[in-house]
Amino acid sequence: MNDNIKFVQGNEACVEAALYAGLEFYAGYPITPSTEIAEHMAVRLPKLGRRFIQMEDEISSICAIVGASLTGHKAMTATSGPGFSLMQEGLGYAIMAEIPCVIVNVMRGGPSTGLPTSPSQSDVYQARWGVHGDHAIIALTASNHQDVFEMTVHAFNMAETYRTPVILLLDEVIGHMRERLEIPGPEAIPVVDRLRTSVRAGIDYHPYLPREDGRLPMSDFGSEHRYNVTGLAHDMWGFPSSNPGVVHGLLRHLTDKIKNNVGNITRHKEYYLEDARTVLISYGSSARSALHVVEHQRARGERLGLLELQSLWPFPYGLVEEKCAYARNIIVVEMNMGQITRAVKRAVKDPERVVLANRIDGVFITPTDIKNILRLIQGKGV
Amino acid sequence: MIHSPLPQTDYMASGHVGCPGCGATVAMKFALRALGEKTMLVIPACCWAIIAGSHPQTSLKVPVLHTAFATAGAAASGLRAALDMRGDTETTVVAWAGDGGTFDIGFQALSGAVERNEDFIYVCYDNEAYMNTGVQRSSSTPFGTRTTTTPGTNWKHTRKKNIVEAFAAHRIPYAATASIAYPEDMIRKFQRARELKGGSRFLHVYATCPTGWRVPSDQCIKIARLAVKTRAFPLYEVTDGVRYTLNHDAEPPLPVRDYLSVQGRFKHLTDDDYGEIQAMVDEDWELLKRKVALAPEEARA
Repeated sequence: MNDNIKFVQGNEACVEAALYAGLEFYAGYPITPSTEIAEHMAVRLPKLGRRFIQMEDEISSICAIVGASLTGHKAMTATSGPGFSLMQEGLGYAIMAEIPCVIVNVMRGGPSTGLPTSPSQSDVYQARWGVHGDHAIIALTASNHQDVFEMTVHAFNMAETYRTPVILLLDEVIGHMRERLEIPGPEAIPVVDRLRTSVRAGIDYHPYLPREDGRLPMSDFGSEHRYNVTGLAHDMWGFPSSNPGVVHGLLRHLTDKIKNNVGNITRHKEYYLEDARTVLISYGSSARSALHVVEHQRARGERLGLLELQSLWPFPYGLVEEKCAYARNIIVVEMNMGQITRAVKRAVKDPERVVLANRIDGVFITPTDIKNILRLIQGKGV
Repeated sequence: MIHSPLPQTDYMASGHVGCPGCGATVAMKFALRALGEKTMLVIPACCWAIIAGSHPQTSLKVPVLHTAFATAGAAASGLRAALDMRGDTETTVVAWAGDGGTFDIGFQALSGAVERNEDFIYVCYDNEAYMNTGVQRSSSTPFGTRTTTTPGTNWKHTRKKNIVEAFAAHRIPYAATASIAYPEDMIRKFQRARELKGGSRFLHVYATCPTGWRVPSDQCIKIARLAVKTRAFPLYEVTDGVRYTLNHDAEPPLPVRDYLSVQGRFKHLTDDDYGEIQAMVDEDWELLKRKVALAPEEARA
């Protein structure tokens, strides 16, 4: 009997992965369909001598993890729909103050209360632009529980590497569905630890002065170095500044540190793309139906392929352009009104080749839904 | 023919989708009897947002604004202002929220609203945890409770927030507790709240949750009565934030253990824990009695 093989919900897979990645602090607030993440954390963290706090709302949840992370502990929160909306100010703060943390959004139907128990992928653009002001963001996703595990660890790694909040966009189907999960052995997946400054105590430490490789070593807040942290535009000491040169440099740094590293951040999977004349692009639970269609139609001799995106922001424009270069048709499969379709159209030459196969009615998109679109494109009718 | 001093017209129909034995549905039934037809309900995310049911089977016969979780106090403020501008002083605006939406996420909006002395009735039906998402602790969850986010030996080790005292401290015209086990008292308080137009009125209604408290559904009212008889949930009113009136003396009180030990959520408690909780109940009761004693004679009637 292998204890490392479990039959769990995606939400629990996310919890196990976060612990694997070294999570020490969780703050959250109940909201369907993400609540199981908080519930499992409430059981698991105290047993490991780490901290779980149930907060009084989502504004508090994200601000608590910002405080814990700054003070030297890996931290995350999880939420859904309306809770993610409430978190936007704190998310922007974490971006501005460059504080690594992970925010899981188990997407449900919106806007507002929407469809709390139904799947959706309609927060993709909110993840990108929910925060006011110019900024860049990392948003990841996953289509099965093994990938949930890997992408959760990747989320923590990216947060630590780029000193930034990372959003993990799961959806109701992934969060609640039960399937097999094999917990990888220690060190099977690399874990990026907190990069701490080598500046000795008592020596002037610059929290916002990047090293030559662009990374910013941290110093646990309140320990060896005294420094300032603010959501105001700030200089390399962290003190407020409205100096145009400083502000310009700060905003460029916040976006460039992510945009310039698209290649390191991007994760994707591909199926039968070598000779595909029709390329399906999908992510999250939708990619499961898309893969089914591809394998089914392949068996009938149709040259279909699937590009599954596991990182949505920064959008991998180069990757999508390359993989779609020889495709006659590109079908984006997602449960929204075309949020990633828009990005795909910007990525490829001849955007008129790109069509959307979607559902927005709270019902999981099925292979039949996709096949109907495929038949229309092929001129066969439904 | 029913001979009762209580109003008999129901504005809540049968066929709601609450769990069997739900105390929150009992609370709504009696509240609407007292409040009458000219009532508008503001309901944030809570069990009642679901219990009301879907069209065409909705169980409520009054207009409902189902608003965002944090916002019952704010949305009710807007409704009231608009009614006033239309010259409608007859309609009562009632915010109807659970303990999470009152004690936790909705506290800021409610505190803001009652500081402005907004002219509405705010009702918190208190089932002492987030029941709609599957029993997570709230700041209304009592000391000693196991929930899904206070599991095992990490059961809740902090006290329940005293919400009536918090709003009494805002010096609002009327704040009171009520229980589904004492419908005459509850209906009187709703009627009094309705008549006290012109300012904020807060009603804290005890509402048993058999599902979340792990008790048989037929014990709903009995447990609510035990909460009063053991002084765990005293029935009292506060006028203008300072004049306290006790509505039920529970003399002699039953030991709080009688109330706790019949509920699955407290099954893990030891004798020491019971003793500690009894001391808290006694302390709170003494404090309440001293506040009642401070009130002028006429308020104690």
